[in-house]
Amino acid sequence: MLVHTAFDRAEQVARHWAAAGCPLVIHADKGVSKPAYEAFKASLSDLPDVRFSKRHRCEWGTWGLVAATQGAAEVMLNDFPDVRHVYLASGSCLPLRPVQELIDYLADRPQTDFIESATTADVPWTIGGLDHERFTLRFPFSWRKHRYLFDRYVALQRAVGYRRRVPNGIVPHMGSQWWCLTRQTLSAILSDPERDAYDRYFKKVWIPDESYFQTLVRQYSRQIESRSLTLSKFDYQGKPHIFYDDHLQLLRRSDCFVARKIWPFADRLYNAFLTDNAGAMKRTEPNPGKIDRIFAKAVERRTRGRPGLLMQSRFPVEGRENGLTCAQYSVFEGFSDLFENFEAWLAKATGTRVHGHLFAPDRAEFSDGQTVMNGALSDSATLRDYNPRAFLASLIWNTRGERQCFQMGPRDHIKNLEWDLAKDPNAQISVITGAWAVPLFKSNANFSDIRKEAARLQQVESKHLEVLRSPWTKARVRIWTMAEFIEAPMEPLQTIIDEIGQQNLRGLAEVPRMSDLSGFGQFLQNLKNQGMHPYLMGDFPVAHDPHEPSHNKPKPYLVQ
Amino acid sequence: MRPLQSYRMRLKRKRAKLRAWRKHFSLLPVKDRTARIRPGDVLLFCTFRDEYVRLPYFMKYYRDLGVSHFIMVDNDSQDGGREYLAAQEDVSLWTTKASYKKSRFGVDWLNWLQGKYGHGHWTLVVDPDEFFIYPFCDTRPIRALTDWLDTSQVRSFGAMLLDMYPKGRIDAVPYRLGQDPLEIASWFDPGNYVIEKNKAFGNLWIQGGPRARVFFRDNPKKAPALNKTPLVKWDKRNAYVSSTHMLLPRGLNLTYDEWGGEKASGILLHAKFLDTFTAKAEEELQRGQHYSASLEYKAYADSLRDNPDLWCKWSEKYINWRQLEILGLMSKGNWA
Repeated sequence: MLVHTAFDRAEQVARHWAAAGCPLVIHADKGVSKPAYEAFKASLSDLPDVRFSKRHRCEWGTWGLVAATQGAAEVMLNDFPDVRHVYLASGSCLPLRPVQELIDYLADRPQTDFIESATTADVPWTIGGLDHERFTLRFPFSWRKHRYLFDRYVALQRAVGYRRRVPNGIVPHMGSQWWCLTRQTLSAILSDPERDAYDRYFKKVWIPDESYFQTLVRQYSRQIESRSLTLSKFDYQGKPHIFYDDHLQLLRRSDCFVARKIWPFADRLYNAFLTDNAGAMKRTEPNPGKIDRIFAKAVERRTRGRPGLLMQSRFPVEGRENGLTCAQYSVFEGFSDLFENFEAWLAKATGTRVHGHLFAPDRAEFSDGQTVMNGALSDSATLRDYNPRAFLASLIWNTRGERQCFQMGPRDHIKNLEWDLAKDPNAQISVITGAWAVPLFKSNANFSDIRKEAARLQQVESKHLEVLRSPWTKARVRIWTMAEFIEAPMEPLQTIIDEIGQQNLRGLAEVPRMSDLSGFGQFLQNLKNQGMHPYLMGDFPVAHDPHEPSHNKPKPYLVQ
Repeated sequence: MRPLQSYRMRLKRKRAKLRAWRKHFSLLPVKDRTARIRPGDVLLFCTFRDEYVRLPYFMKYYRDLGVSHFIMVDNDSQDGGREYLAAQEDVSLWTTKASYKKSRFGVDWLNWLQGKYGHGHWTLVVDPDEFFIYPFCDTRPIRALTDWLDTSQVRSFGAMLLDMYPKGRIDAVPYRLGQDPLEIASWFDPGNYVIEKNKAFGNLWIQGGPRARVFFRDNPKKAPALNKTPLVKWDKRNAYVSSTHMLLPRGLNLTYDEWGGEKASGILLHAKFLDTFTAKAEEELQRGQHYSASLEYKAYADSLRDNPDLWCKWSEKYINWRQLEILGLMSKGNWA
């Protein structure tokens, strides 16, 4: 048992092992002060089968841990000739099942070595990009304390092409440092005539405690089970995950024999596993699946996070957002200008949440005229324009599970947002260019004002189209000129709706009502005559539009 | 440019330390029990003024979390809060009549006390109306968090301020001594926050919530900052620069991940909006002792006279930390 801190817990666990009749050899880190060490020794002095081995300084990733293990293992093999399996544990390991079950389990498998041992080539194991180089470079500097020197020295060795020779052609293996080996295998490793050569070599390997025994065991073992009996999970930085009181049920269900690392103040865990001897007695194979999933999820959360979430501890630099938003949404430009009841129709046809112009100058036009939306998002234009990017990301995040659609146009405040929209792969943007002219055409304003406004809108929209057509655009963008669109409106509508993918399969039962466009061609011609050439609508015939019904109707025009 | 900038930050930090030293002369010890602090203790630092009604629950809350010692500064309280705290066995208390504003809203006093007693400890700096929430806080004491941060070699832990408010008028339900204020102010805004990065100090600048929605809807830039870094492994060289929003050295402000991942973070539940608030807002306005010429309190006083209801249809009722985690207001990061 390797111990370096929390001696009261180590003592508790040592007594637990000893009570089940297991002899114990304890190694305490040399960093532990003498009084603390002596007190610890004294506290266990009443147990006959406990030995203390020579102390080494055990810094993470250095040879000291292996030296400590070797020393302790030698004491174990010499002092206790009846021992058949040796289990390497630490002071923060906690037996989860009654020790007798472990003894029986090992008795059924007298020749088996339980040690995780994999070649570096096969498993992308390691942190920090060093895998096979652990074995071919030298590592005299501490990774924790002298990171700079460590990195520089690695770089230097790479630069000069330095490679160490692996003695006797052994194949480096790696795995969890917590193993359970048979006397035969362990003594063979420790009394190997070549041991000096191996020790010299491994002293300069990085993290030898995860490779020394794991490599050498391959030379001698008759039967290797390449897994550790100790449940030990590592996070993305290679630190062991820690178990707390609230993991009690999880640990119980894991059926593992031993778990590490336990938080020293986890009273409930220690009480539960060290005092109740009844145990479950299920005799099942260890099954840490659920724990695996929880910790894998934690690592995923730390490294990839929840896409589309901007929050106090996740604020990615541009390009690393993994999507500005968390779900797909649709943006419609020009549709509500061209169709009179587009929003209501879209909501009915797709069952999605359809907003008006979310970025309108006076307020965010949430659906159904609401002044506050999901997440207590305010409709205030000032608040929205203060950070439109956050506004959009929040809206999509707050409405997870319900697809959002909204209208946009050159009259809206989109200048600070259009790039974000265009670069967002979740955006589905459909544009009918030039449709902004329809409200102008319908309006009752003076023609000179209309002309001015038309010029402005055309300019804004053409800039906007440049953005949408740029090579950086990741959104799914569809652009039609108005003339093109009204030629055959159903086809594009059907495509868009299909892509939203929530409609009934029978096709569109109802169609939106298009504005009455009679005279629109003439309106455009008037603009042209005033020197303002509206080109974004495409080519509209001046006089009579063949697509319009010839009778002069107040009746709504249905596209069918 | 970069060395120059680093040097400037160093000067700023030194200046903050110097200010703290100058201002500490105004602190008079009432009860100094700091000799009882043991290594590894989590220490809480707090400034208060006329908050007696809140203190009993505040103490209970943080004792239950596992805070070992409280270091408090009383800014001339007249309501018996000082006497109450002086009688508590785990409190060391100082008092001062000096200006809150001139000590940069208490920061100088606490910087000095933290430098003196907090070195090598995890220190939590909160106000009497702030309640610290972190992942697993219902099952793990704060020591579990700080131990985990230690093994992860993380020195600071961020916790955004989350404004809590009641449903209905703020002054409708009176707050009683010893009561959990979250029983009354149990609602919050779940998703209307905006974040920007402060390039000079490296911290995030977060605004939003009910205060931006109601009080600052026409002037969102002036809305109060909600980003805080209350839990820090204190070193005597550290200094809070502006409330607990910003720290120096700058590395302590990096409580967020920039490459798409999530770091672990917590929440400070801000139970400011109780019935005591309306009176307080008027009083603070008179005193003019708050940030940016008490602009915030001006805004409150104006709006509160008309209709002090912050609740809206999309307000969320507080349940527990897991709810805040799911809403994306805080994160477990890789703590599991």
